[in-house]
Amino acid sequence: MTSRLGTWALRGLTGLTLAFIYLPLLVIFLYAFNDRRSLVWPLEGLTTKWFGRAIDNPGVRDALLVSLQAALGATAIALLLGSLVAMAVARHRFFGRDAISFLVILPIALPGIVTGMALNATFRNLPEPFGVDLGLFTIMVGHATFCIVVVYNNVVARLRRTQTSLEEASADLGADAWQTFRFVTFPQLKTALLAGGLLAFALSFDEVIVTTFTAGPDQTLPIWILNNLSRPNQLPIVNVVAVFVILLSMIPVYFASKLSSESSIPGAR
Amino acid sequence: MTSTAETEPSGGSPGRRLSSFLHRHPRLRLGLLLTPPLSWLLLAYLGSLVVLFVAAFWRLDPFTAQVVHDYGFQNFRQLWESDVYRTITVRTIGIAAAVTVTDILLAFPIAFYMAKVASRRTRNLLVVAILLPLWASYLVKVYAWRIILQENGILNWVLDPFGLSGPGFGNVATWLVFSYLWLPFMILPVYAGLERIPSSMLEASADLGGRGLRTLWRVVLPLALPAIAAGSIFTFSLTLGDYITPQLVSSTQFIGNVVYINVGVANNLPFAAAFATVPVVVMVVYLLLARRAGAFENL
Repeated sequence: MTSRLGTWALRGLTGLTLAFIYLPLLVIFLYAFNDRRSLVWPLEGLTTKWFGRAIDNPGVRDALLVSLQAALGATAIALLLGSLVAMAVARHRFFGRDAISFLVILPIALPGIVTGMALNATFRNLPEPFGVDLGLFTIMVGHATFCIVVVYNNVVARLRRTQTSLEEASADLGADAWQTFRFVTFPQLKTALLAGGLLAFALSFDEVIVTTFTAGPDQTLPIWILNNLSRPNQLPIVNVVAVFVILLSMIPVYFASKLSSESSIPGAR
Repeated sequence: MTSTAETEPSGGSPGRRLSSFLHRHPRLRLGLLLTPPLSWLLLAYLGSLVVLFVAAFWRLDPFTAQVVHDYGFQNFRQLWESDVYRTITVRTIGIAAAVTVTDILLAFPIAFYMAKVASRRTRNLLVVAILLPLWASYLVKVYAWRIILQENGILNWVLDPFGLSGPGFGNVATWLVFSYLWLPFMILPVYAGLERIPSSMLEASADLGGRGLRTLWRVVLPLALPAIAAGSIFTFSLTLGDYITPQLVSSTQFIGNVVYINVGVANNLPFAAAFATVPVVVMVVYLLLARRAGAFENL
Protein backbone atom coordinates (compact mmCIF):
# COMPACT_ATOMS: atom_id res chain seq x y z
CA MET A 1 0.00 0.00 0.00
CA THR A 2 2.93 2.30 0.46
CA SER A 3 3.65 3.92 -2.86
CA ARG A 4 6.99 5.50 -3.59
CA LEU A 5 5.58 8.90 -2.76
CA GLY A 6 4.03 7.55 0.43
CA THR A 7 7.35 6.07 1.52
CA TRP A 8 9.10 9.38 1.07
CA ALA A 9 6.35 11.23 2.91
CA LEU A 10 6.63 8.77 5.80
CA ARG A 11 10.40 9.11 5.82
CA GLY A 12 10.08 12.91 5.96
CA LEU A 13 7.52 12.81 8.76
CA THR A 14 9.70 10.39 10.72
CA GLY A 15 12.65 12.75 10.39
CA LEU A 16 10.53 15.70 11.50
CA THR A 17 9.21 13.79 14.50
CA LEU A 18 12.73 12.81 15.56
CA ALA A 19 13.82 16.43 15.20
CA PHE A 20 10.84 17.51 17.30
CA ILE A 21 11.85 15.01 20.00
CA TYR A 22 15.56 15.77 20.08
CA LEU A 23 15.87 19.52 19.34
CA PRO A 24 14.66 20.69 22.78
CA LEU A 25 17.20 18.39 24.43
CA LEU A 26 19.89 19.84 22.18
CA VAL A 27 18.85 23.32 23.27
CA ILE A 28 19.58 22.41 26.89
CA PHE A 29 23.02 21.10 25.93
CA LEU A 30 23.80 24.38 24.15
CA TYR A 31 22.64 26.49 27.07
CA ALA A 32 24.89 24.58 29.46
CA PHE A 33 27.82 26.20 27.61
CA ASN A 34 26.20 29.64 27.57
CA ASP A 35 28.64 32.42 28.34
CA ARG A 36 26.15 34.73 30.04
CA ARG A 37 23.73 34.32 32.90
CA SER A 38 20.68 35.33 30.88
CA LEU A 39 18.75 32.87 28.71
CA VAL A 40 18.48 35.21 25.70
CA TRP A 41 18.84 33.55 22.28
CA PRO A 42 21.11 33.65 20.25
CA LEU A 43 23.97 32.80 22.61
CA GLU A 44 26.86 35.23 22.45
CA GLY A 45 29.71 33.01 23.54
CA LEU A 46 30.47 29.54 24.81
CA THR A 47 32.23 28.53 28.01
CA THR A 48 32.73 25.49 30.22
CA LYS A 49 33.06 27.44 33.45
CA TRP A 50 29.58 26.57 34.76
CA PHE A 51 30.49 22.89 34.92
CA GLY A 52 33.11 23.64 37.56
CA ARG A 53 30.73 25.90 39.46
CA ALA A 54 28.06 23.22 39.43
CA ILE A 55 30.42 20.61 40.84
CA ASP A 56 31.44 22.99 43.64
CA ASN A 57 27.87 23.97 44.48
CA PRO A 58 26.97 22.47 47.90
CA GLY A 59 23.24 22.45 47.14
CA VAL A 60 23.83 20.42 43.98
CA ARG A 61 26.10 18.00 45.81
CA ASP A 62 23.59 17.40 48.62
CA ALA A 63 20.77 16.95 46.14
CA LEU A 64 22.86 14.54 44.05
CA LEU A 65 23.62 12.49 47.16
CA VAL A 66 19.93 12.35 48.14
CA SER A 67 18.98 11.39 44.58
CA LEU A 68 21.54 8.61 44.40
CA GLN A 69 20.62 7.22 47.82
CA ALA A 70 16.90 7.35 47.03
CA ALA A 71 17.39 5.75 43.61
CA LEU A 72 19.66 2.98 44.92
CA GLY A 73 17.36 2.23 47.86
CA ALA A 74 14.22 2.26 45.73
CA THR A 75 15.91 0.07 43.09
CA ALA A 76 16.98 -2.48 45.71
CA ILE A 77 13.48 -2.69 47.20
CA ALA A 78 11.90 -2.83 43.74
CA LEU A 79 14.27 -5.62 42.63
CA LEU A 80 13.37 -7.75 45.63
CA LEU A 81 9.62 -7.17 45.67
CA GLY A 82 9.23 -7.03 41.87
CA SER A 83 10.92 -10.37 41.29
CA LEU A 84 8.95 -12.02 44.10
CA VAL A 85 5.64 -10.96 42.53
CA ALA A 86 6.92 -11.95 39.08
CA MET A 87 7.83 -15.46 40.29
CA ALA A 88 4.45 -15.85 41.96
CA VAL A 89 2.51 -14.65 38.93
CA ALA A 90 4.57 -16.46 36.26
CA ARG A 91 5.00 -19.77 38.07
CA HIS A 92 1.72 -20.25 39.91
CA ARG A 93 -1.96 -20.21 39.13
CA PHE A 94 -4.14 -18.82 41.86
CA PHE A 95 -7.29 -16.89 42.52
CA GLY A 96 -6.73 -13.15 42.14
CA ARG A 97 -3.67 -13.39 39.92
CA ASP A 98 -4.99 -10.78 37.50
CA ALA A 99 -5.82 -8.51 40.42
CA ILE A 100 -2.20 -8.70 41.56
CA SER A 101 -0.74 -7.73 38.20
CA PHE A 102 -3.25 -4.87 38.16
CA LEU A 103 -2.21 -3.79 41.66
CA VAL A 104 1.45 -3.70 40.59
CA ILE A 105 0.66 -1.45 37.61
CA LEU A 106 -1.68 0.86 39.54
CA PRO A 107 0.99 3.15 41.07
CA ILE A 108 2.05 4.33 37.61
CA ALA A 109 -1.35 4.08 35.94
CA LEU A 110 -2.93 6.54 38.36
CA PRO A 111 -1.97 10.21 38.01
CA GLY A 112 1.20 11.15 39.88
CA ILE A 113 -0.50 13.67 42.15
CA VAL A 114 -2.84 10.96 43.41
CA THR A 115 0.01 8.63 44.34
CA GLY A 116 1.95 11.52 45.84
CA MET A 117 -0.95 12.85 47.87
CA ALA A 118 -2.02 9.45 49.08
CA LEU A 119 1.46 8.71 50.40
CA ASN A 120 1.71 12.20 51.86
CA ALA A 121 -1.61 11.83 53.69
CA THR A 122 -0.53 8.46 55.08
CA PHE A 123 2.93 9.58 56.23
CA ARG A 124 1.48 12.59 58.00
CA ASN A 125 -1.35 10.67 59.66
CA LEU A 126 0.55 7.60 60.86
CA PRO A 127 -0.28 6.70 64.46
CA GLU A 128 2.40 7.61 66.98
CA PRO A 129 4.82 4.68 67.32
CA PHE A 130 5.14 4.41 63.53
CA GLY A 131 5.44 8.13 62.82
CA VAL A 132 7.98 9.17 60.17
CA ASP A 133 9.26 12.56 59.15
CA LEU A 134 9.17 13.36 55.45
CA GLY A 135 12.65 12.96 54.01
CA LEU A 136 14.97 10.48 52.34
CA PHE A 137 13.17 7.47 53.78
CA THR A 138 9.73 8.55 52.58
CA ILE A 139 11.14 9.49 49.14
CA MET A 140 12.53 5.97 48.92
CA VAL A 141 9.23 4.36 49.93
CA GLY A 142 7.35 6.38 47.30
CA HIS A 143 9.84 5.64 44.53
CA ALA A 144 10.01 1.94 45.35
CA THR A 145 6.22 1.71 45.10
CA PHE A 146 6.14 2.76 41.46
CA CYS A 147 9.49 1.14 40.54
CA ILE A 148 8.23 -2.36 41.41
CA VAL A 149 6.33 -2.51 38.13
CA VAL A 150 9.41 -2.07 35.88
CA VAL A 151 11.28 -4.90 37.57
CA TYR A 152 8.13 -6.99 37.57
CA ASN A 153 7.53 -6.43 33.84
CA ASN A 154 11.07 -7.44 32.91
CA VAL A 155 11.26 -10.49 35.16
CA VAL A 156 7.78 -11.78 34.35
CA ALA A 157 8.51 -11.53 30.60
CA ARG A 158 11.73 -13.49 31.08
CA LEU A 159 10.10 -16.14 33.27
CA ARG A 160 7.35 -16.67 30.71
CA ARG A 161 9.96 -17.41 28.05
CA THR A 162 12.04 -19.81 30.14
CA GLN A 163 10.81 -23.26 31.01
CA THR A 164 10.33 -24.77 34.42
CA SER A 165 11.93 -28.01 33.28
CA LEU A 166 15.43 -26.79 34.13
CA GLU A 167 14.37 -25.97 37.69
CA GLU A 168 12.68 -29.35 38.00
CA ALA A 169 15.77 -31.12 36.68
CA SER A 170 17.85 -29.26 39.24
CA ALA A 171 15.56 -30.36 42.05
CA ASP A 172 15.53 -33.95 40.77
CA LEU A 173 19.32 -33.93 40.81
CA GLY A 174 19.25 -33.11 44.50
CA ALA A 175 19.70 -29.36 44.64
CA ASP A 176 17.84 -27.59 47.41
CA ALA A 177 15.68 -24.54 46.75
CA TRP A 178 18.53 -22.10 47.34
CA GLN A 179 20.94 -24.01 45.07
CA THR A 180 18.32 -24.19 42.34
CA PHE A 181 17.74 -20.47 42.62
CA ARG A 182 21.46 -19.68 42.81
CA PHE A 183 22.64 -21.88 39.94
CA VAL A 184 19.62 -22.28 37.67
CA THR A 185 16.93 -19.61 38.08
CA PHE A 186 19.13 -16.62 38.85
CA PRO A 187 21.50 -17.00 35.85
CA GLN A 188 18.46 -17.08 33.57
CA LEU A 189 17.04 -13.96 35.18
CA LYS A 190 20.29 -12.04 35.51
CA THR A 191 19.98 -9.74 32.49
CA ALA A 192 16.26 -9.19 33.08
CA LEU A 193 17.02 -8.16 36.66
CA LEU A 194 19.80 -5.87 35.50
CA ALA A 195 17.58 -4.27 32.87
CA GLY A 196 14.73 -3.86 35.35
CA GLY A 197 17.11 -2.43 37.93
CA LEU A 198 18.57 0.09 35.48
CA LEU A 199 15.11 1.24 34.43
CA ALA A 200 13.98 1.50 38.05
CA PHE A 201 17.08 3.57 38.82
CA ALA A 202 16.40 5.91 35.88
CA LEU A 203 12.73 6.19 36.82
CA SER A 204 13.53 7.07 40.42
CA PHE A 205 16.37 9.44 39.56
CA ASP A 206 14.08 11.41 37.29
CA GLU A 207 10.83 11.46 39.28
CA VAL A 208 9.53 14.78 40.49
CA ILE A 209 5.75 14.83 41.03
CA VAL A 210 5.44 12.12 43.67
CA THR A 211 8.69 13.35 45.19
CA THR A 212 7.35 16.87 45.80
CA PHE A 213 4.76 15.29 48.11
CA THR A 214 7.12 12.94 49.95
CA ALA A 215 10.42 14.84 50.16
CA GLY A 216 9.74 17.21 53.04
CA PRO A 217 12.86 19.34 53.56
CA ASP A 218 15.14 17.03 51.55
CA GLN A 219 15.90 17.82 47.90
CA THR A 220 16.51 15.37 45.10
CA LEU A 221 18.26 16.69 42.02
CA PRO A 222 15.02 17.28 40.06
CA ILE A 223 13.52 19.05 43.10
CA TRP A 224 16.66 21.17 43.33
CA ILE A 225 16.18 22.17 39.68
CA LEU A 226 12.52 22.99 40.30
CA ASN A 227 13.35 25.14 43.33
CA ASN A 228 16.09 27.02 41.48
CA LEU A 229 14.22 27.76 38.25
CA SER A 230 12.92 30.99 39.74
CA ARG A 231 16.40 32.20 40.73
CA PRO A 232 18.00 33.90 37.70
CA ASN A 233 21.45 33.79 39.32
CA GLN A 234 21.35 30.02 39.54
CA LEU A 235 20.16 29.37 35.97
CA PRO A 236 23.61 28.64 34.45
CA ILE A 237 24.13 25.96 37.09
CA VAL A 238 20.59 24.67 36.52
CA ASN A 239 21.48 24.23 32.82
CA VAL A 240 24.54 22.15 33.68
CA VAL A 241 22.62 20.04 36.19
CA ALA A 242 19.90 19.56 33.57
CA VAL A 243 22.44 18.11 31.12
CA PHE A 244 23.76 15.83 33.84
CA VAL A 245 20.25 14.62 34.72
CA ILE A 246 19.46 13.92 31.04
CA LEU A 247 22.60 11.84 30.66
CA LEU A 248 22.17 9.99 33.94
CA SER A 249 18.63 8.94 33.07
CA MET A 250 19.37 8.16 29.40
CA ILE A 251 22.46 6.01 29.96
CA PRO A 252 20.75 3.37 32.13
CA VAL A 253 17.84 3.18 29.68
CA TYR A 254 20.28 2.69 26.81
CA PHE A 255 22.02 -0.21 28.54
CA ALA A 256 18.71 -1.67 29.63
CA SER A 257 17.45 -1.66 26.05
CA LYS A 258 20.66 -3.41 24.95
CA LEU A 259 20.25 -6.02 27.68
CA SER A 260 16.78 -7.22 26.97
CA SER A 261 14.57 -6.81 24.00
CA GLU A 262 11.46 -6.85 26.18
CA SER A 263 12.56 -3.98 28.36
CA SER A 264 10.61 -1.43 26.37
CA ILE A 265 7.93 -0.76 28.92
CA PRO A 266 6.32 2.51 28.06
CA GLY A 267 5.07 2.70 31.57
CA ALA A 268 6.24 5.65 33.48
CA ARG A 269 8.09 8.76 33.76
CA MET B 1 4.23 -28.28 40.13
CA THR B 2 4.87 -31.93 39.27
CA SER B 3 3.72 -35.22 40.66
CA THR B 4 7.22 -36.33 41.67
CA ALA B 5 6.74 -34.70 45.05
CA GLU B 6 5.33 -37.82 46.70
CA THR B 7 8.37 -39.91 45.89
CA GLU B 8 10.72 -37.35 47.42
CA PRO B 9 12.86 -38.82 50.22
CA SER B 10 12.39 -37.02 53.50
CA GLY B 11 16.03 -37.33 54.56
CA GLY B 12 19.00 -35.14 53.69
CA SER B 13 20.21 -31.79 54.91
CA PRO B 14 17.86 -29.29 56.57
CA GLY B 15 17.98 -27.14 53.45
CA ARG B 16 17.06 -30.10 51.29
CA ARG B 17 14.25 -31.06 53.68
CA LEU B 18 12.94 -27.52 53.63
CA SER B 19 12.96 -27.32 49.86
CA SER B 20 11.18 -30.64 49.41
CA PHE B 21 8.67 -29.50 52.02
CA LEU B 22 8.10 -26.33 50.02
CA HIS B 23 7.96 -28.37 46.83
CA ARG B 24 5.15 -30.46 48.28
CA HIS B 25 3.28 -27.38 49.45
CA PRO B 26 3.06 -25.01 46.50
CA ARG B 27 0.43 -22.92 48.29
CA LEU B 28 2.86 -22.23 51.13
CA ARG B 29 5.59 -21.36 48.64
CA LEU B 30 3.21 -19.02 46.86
CA GLY B 31 2.34 -17.44 50.20
CA LEU B 32 6.01 -16.87 51.02
CA LEU B 33 6.59 -15.32 47.59
CA LEU B 34 3.61 -13.02 47.80
CA THR B 35 3.70 -11.89 51.42
CA PRO B 36 6.49 -9.27 51.20
CA PRO B 37 5.44 -7.53 47.96
CA LEU B 38 1.73 -7.68 48.75
CA SER B 39 2.15 -6.31 52.24
CA TRP B 40 4.16 -3.45 50.75
CA LEU B 41 1.64 -2.68 48.02
CA LEU B 42 -1.41 -3.16 50.23
CA LEU B 43 -0.05 -1.27 53.24
CA ALA B 44 2.01 1.45 51.61
CA TYR B 45 -0.06 1.97 48.50
CA LEU B 46 -3.65 0.74 48.67
CA GLY B 47 -3.77 1.73 52.33
CA SER B 48 -2.68 5.23 51.37
CA LEU B 49 -5.31 5.45 48.67
CA VAL B 50 -7.95 4.47 51.23
CA VAL B 51 -6.67 7.12 53.66
CA LEU B 52 -6.87 9.64 50.82
CA PHE B 53 -10.40 8.65 49.96
CA VAL B 54 -11.50 8.84 53.58
CA ALA B 55 -9.76 12.19 54.03
CA ALA B 56 -11.91 13.63 51.23
CA PHE B 57 -14.86 13.48 53.62
CA TRP B 58 -13.09 15.26 56.49
CA ARG B 59 -13.14 19.01 56.80
CA LEU B 60 -10.90 21.87 57.76
CA ASP B 61 -11.95 23.93 60.74
CA PRO B 62 -11.84 27.50 59.36
CA PHE B 63 -10.85 29.02 62.72
CA THR B 64 -8.16 26.66 63.97
CA ALA B 65 -7.01 25.56 60.47
CA GLN B 66 -6.94 22.02 61.84
CA VAL B 67 -8.34 18.99 60.04
CA VAL B 68 -11.52 17.81 61.75
CA HIS B 69 -12.28 14.11 61.42
CA ASP B 70 -16.04 14.21 61.03
CA TYR B 71 -17.60 13.08 57.84
CA GLY B 72 -19.62 14.97 55.28
CA PHE B 73 -19.88 15.93 51.64
CA GLN B 74 -18.97 19.60 52.13
CA ASN B 75 -15.76 19.38 50.05
CA PHE B 76 -17.56 17.82 47.10
CA ARG B 77 -20.37 20.35 47.40
CA GLN B 78 -17.81 23.17 47.31
CA LEU B 79 -16.25 21.64 44.18
CA TRP B 80 -19.56 21.23 42.47
CA GLU B 81 -20.89 24.69 43.23
CA SER B 82 -17.81 26.74 42.46
CA ASP B 83 -17.35 28.07 38.93
CA VAL B 84 -13.58 28.30 39.41
CA TYR B 85 -13.13 24.61 40.09
CA ARG B 86 -15.50 23.64 37.31
CA THR B 87 -13.48 25.74 34.85
CA ILE B 88 -10.25 24.14 36.09
CA THR B 89 -11.72 20.66 35.72
CA VAL B 90 -12.96 21.35 32.20
CA ARG B 91 -9.60 22.89 31.23
CA THR B 92 -7.65 19.92 32.60
CA ILE B 93 -9.80 17.30 30.89
CA GLY B 94 -10.01 19.37 27.68
CA ILE B 95 -6.25 19.77 27.36
CA ALA B 96 -5.73 16.09 28.25
CA ALA B 97 -8.07 15.17 25.38
CA ALA B 98 -6.40 17.62 22.97
CA VAL B 99 -2.96 16.26 23.88
CA THR B 100 -4.15 12.70 23.31
CA VAL B 101 -5.51 13.51 19.84
CA THR B 102 -2.34 15.43 18.92
CA ASP B 103 -0.11 12.59 20.01
CA ILE B 104 -2.14 10.04 18.04
CA LEU B 105 -1.71 12.17 14.89
CA LEU B 106 2.01 12.74 15.52
CA ALA B 107 2.76 9.16 16.50
CA PHE B 108 1.01 7.39 13.65
CA PRO B 109 3.34 8.21 10.71
CA ILE B 110 6.59 7.45 12.54
CA ALA B 111 5.11 4.31 14.11
CA PHE B 112 3.89 3.15 10.71
CA TYR B 113 7.27 3.84 9.15
CA MET B 114 9.00 1.87 11.89
CA ALA B 115 6.61 -1.07 11.72
CA LYS B 116 6.01 -1.48 8.00
CA VAL B 117 8.57 0.42 5.92
CA ALA B 118 11.93 0.67 7.66
CA SER B 119 14.59 -2.02 7.39
CA ARG B 120 15.21 -4.18 10.45
CA ARG B 121 18.34 -2.23 11.32
CA THR B 122 16.71 1.18 10.97
CA ARG B 123 13.76 -0.05 12.99
CA ASN B 124 15.92 -1.14 15.91
CA LEU B 125 17.76 2.17 15.82
CA LEU B 126 14.49 4.08 15.82
CA VAL B 127 13.13 2.08 18.77
CA VAL B 128 16.18 3.03 20.83
CA ALA B 129 15.91 6.62 19.59
CA ILE B 130 12.32 6.82 20.88
CA LEU B 131 13.06 4.88 24.05
CA LEU B 132 16.00 7.02 25.19
CA PRO B 133 14.21 10.35 25.61
CA LEU B 134 11.15 8.59 27.05
CA TRP B 135 12.58 8.77 30.53
CA ALA B 136 15.13 11.53 30.00
CA SER B 137 14.16 13.85 32.76
CA TYR B 138 10.64 15.10 32.46
CA LEU B 139 11.46 18.29 34.34
CA VAL B 140 14.41 19.15 32.10
CA LYS B 141 12.20 18.78 29.03
CA VAL B 142 9.66 21.22 30.43
CA TYR B 143 12.50 23.56 31.30
CA ALA B 144 13.85 23.29 27.73
CA TRP B 145 10.47 24.36 26.39
CA ARG B 146 10.38 27.22 28.86
CA ILE B 147 13.65 28.45 27.37
CA ILE B 148 12.41 27.93 23.80
CA LEU B 149 9.04 29.62 24.30
CA GLN B 150 10.16 32.61 26.37
CA GLU B 151 9.99 36.15 25.05
CA ASN B 152 13.68 36.21 23.97
CA GLY B 153 13.69 32.53 23.12
CA ILE B 154 14.55 30.52 20.05
CA LEU B 155 11.03 30.17 18.70
CA ASN B 156 10.41 33.89 18.50
CA TRP B 157 13.88 34.34 16.97
CA VAL B 158 13.05 31.78 14.26
CA LEU B 159 9.58 33.15 13.58
CA ASP B 160 10.48 36.83 13.72
CA PRO B 161 11.82 37.10 10.11
CA PHE B 162 8.41 35.87 8.92
CA GLY B 163 6.62 38.48 10.97
CA LEU B 164 5.24 35.82 13.30
CA SER B 165 5.64 35.15 16.99
CA GLY B 166 5.30 32.06 19.16
CA PRO B 167 2.36 31.28 21.45
CA GLY B 168 4.11 32.60 24.57
CA PHE B 169 3.15 31.10 27.92
CA GLY B 170 -0.44 29.96 28.29
CA ASN B 171 -2.86 27.19 27.38
CA VAL B 172 -1.32 26.72 23.91
CA ALA B 173 2.13 26.30 25.45
CA THR B 174 0.73 23.80 27.97
CA TRP B 175 -0.86 21.79 25.17
CA LEU B 176 2.33 21.88 23.10
CA VAL B 177 4.62 20.86 25.95
CA PHE B 178 2.33 18.05 27.12
CA SER B 179 2.10 16.75 23.54
CA TYR B 180 5.89 16.80 23.40
CA LEU B 181 6.35 15.11 26.76
CA TRP B 182 4.06 12.16 26.21
CA LEU B 183 4.69 11.55 22.49
CA PRO B 184 7.08 8.59 23.02
CA PHE B 185 4.46 6.98 25.27
CA MET B 186 2.13 6.95 22.26
CA ILE B 187 4.68 6.00 19.59
CA LEU B 188 5.86 2.79 21.28
CA PRO B 189 2.49 1.05 21.78
CA VAL B 190 1.22 2.16 18.36
CA TYR B 191 4.41 0.85 16.74
CA ALA B 192 4.02 -2.47 18.57
CA GLY B 193 0.38 -2.67 17.52
CA LEU B 194 1.10 -1.90 13.86
CA GLU B 195 3.93 -4.40 13.80
CA ARG B 196 1.51 -7.15 14.76
CA ILE B 197 -0.70 -6.47 11.73
CA PRO B 198 0.36 -9.03 9.09
CA SER B 199 1.63 -7.37 5.92
CA SER B 200 -0.46 -9.88 3.98
CA MET B 201 -3.58 -8.02 5.13
CA LEU B 202 -2.32 -4.81 3.60
CA GLU B 203 -1.46 -6.66 0.39
CA ALA B 204 -4.89 -8.32 0.34
CA SER B 205 -6.52 -4.94 0.67
CA ALA B 206 -4.39 -3.59 -2.17
CA ASP B 207 -5.20 -6.63 -4.34
CA LEU B 208 -8.88 -6.06 -3.75
CA GLY B 209 -8.48 -2.54 -5.03
CA GLY B 210 -8.05 -0.64 -1.77
CA ARG B 211 -5.97 2.42 -2.51
CA GLY B 212 -3.42 3.65 0.03
CA LEU B 213 -5.65 5.89 2.10
CA ARG B 214 -8.58 3.54 1.90
CA THR B 215 -6.50 0.64 3.20
CA LEU B 216 -5.28 2.89 5.95
CA TRP B 217 -8.79 3.91 6.96
CA ARG B 218 -10.58 0.57 6.55
CA VAL B 219 -7.88 -1.96 7.47
CA VAL B 220 -4.97 -0.47 9.38
CA LEU B 221 -6.84 1.90 11.65
CA PRO B 222 -9.41 -0.58 13.00
CA LEU B 223 -6.65 -3.12 13.66
CA ALA B 224 -4.46 -0.51 15.35
CA LEU B 225 -7.26 0.86 17.52
CA PRO B 226 -6.45 -1.20 20.64
CA ALA B 227 -2.83 -0.04 20.50
CA ILE B 228 -3.90 3.58 20.08
CA ALA B 229 -6.21 3.18 23.06
CA ALA B 230 -3.32 1.75 25.08
CA GLY B 231 -1.11 4.72 24.23
CA SER B 232 -3.91 7.14 25.00
CA ILE B 233 -4.11 5.81 28.56
CA PHE B 234 -0.65 7.25 29.17
CA THR B 235 -1.14 10.57 27.38
CA PHE B 236 -4.47 11.12 29.10
CA SER B 237 -3.54 10.00 32.60
CA LEU B 238 -0.16 11.75 32.66
CA THR B 239 -1.74 15.04 31.58
CA LEU B 240 -4.54 14.77 34.12
CA GLY B 241 -2.13 14.24 36.99
CA ASP B 242 0.43 16.89 36.16
CA TYR B 243 0.84 20.23 37.84
CA ILE B 244 4.43 21.21 37.08
CA THR B 245 4.05 21.85 33.35
CA PRO B 246 1.12 24.30 33.74
CA GLN B 247 3.08 25.98 36.52
CA LEU B 248 6.19 26.41 34.36
CA VAL B 249 4.78 27.33 30.95
CA SER B 250 1.50 29.06 31.80
CA SER B 251 -0.17 30.99 34.55
CA THR B 252 -3.35 28.92 34.47
CA GLN B 253 -4.21 26.20 36.91
CA PHE B 254 -4.81 22.51 36.47
CA ILE B 255 -6.49 20.16 38.96
CA GLY B 256 -2.99 19.21 40.07
CA ASN B 257 -2.05 22.79 40.94
CA VAL B 258 -5.09 23.22 43.19
CA VAL B 259 -4.37 19.89 44.84
CA TYR B 260 -0.72 20.72 45.40
CA ILE B 261 -1.46 24.15 46.87
CA ASN B 262 -4.08 22.70 49.18
CA VAL B 263 -1.77 19.97 50.46
CA GLY B 264 1.34 22.06 50.86
CA VAL B 265 0.47 25.70 51.37
CA ALA B 266 -3.13 25.82 52.56
CA ASN B 267 -2.76 22.59 54.53
CA ASN B 268 -6.31 21.66 53.52
CA LEU B 269 -5.83 17.95 52.92
CA PRO B 270 -9.56 17.12 52.89
CA PHE B 271 -10.31 19.51 50.03
CA ALA B 272 -7.23 18.42 48.07
CA ALA B 273 -8.26 14.79 48.52
CA ALA B 274 -11.77 15.55 47.30
CA PHE B 275 -10.45 17.28 44.16
CA ALA B 276 -7.96 14.47 43.53
CA THR B 277 -10.85 12.01 43.30
CA VAL B 278 -11.91 13.79 40.07
CA PRO B 279 -8.93 12.60 37.95
CA VAL B 280 -9.19 9.17 39.57
CA VAL B 281 -12.85 8.82 38.61
CA VAL B 282 -12.13 10.14 35.10
CA MET B 283 -9.24 7.67 34.77
CA VAL B 284 -11.30 4.72 35.99
CA VAL B 285 -14.01 5.50 33.43
CA TYR B 286 -11.33 5.94 30.77
CA LEU B 287 -9.65 2.65 31.69
CA LEU B 288 -12.98 0.83 31.46
CA LEU B 289 -13.59 2.31 28.00
CA ALA B 290 -10.02 1.52 26.94
CA ARG B 291 -10.42 -2.06 28.13
CA ARG B 292 -13.48 -2.44 25.90
CA ALA B 293 -11.31 -1.25 23.01
CA GLY B 294 -8.86 -4.04 23.86
CA ALA B 295 -6.17 -1.71 25.15
CA PHE B 296 -5.02 -3.90 28.03
CA GLU B 297 -3.57 -6.55 25.72
CA ASN B 298 -1.43 -3.81 24.17
CA LEU B 299 0.06 -2.24 27.29
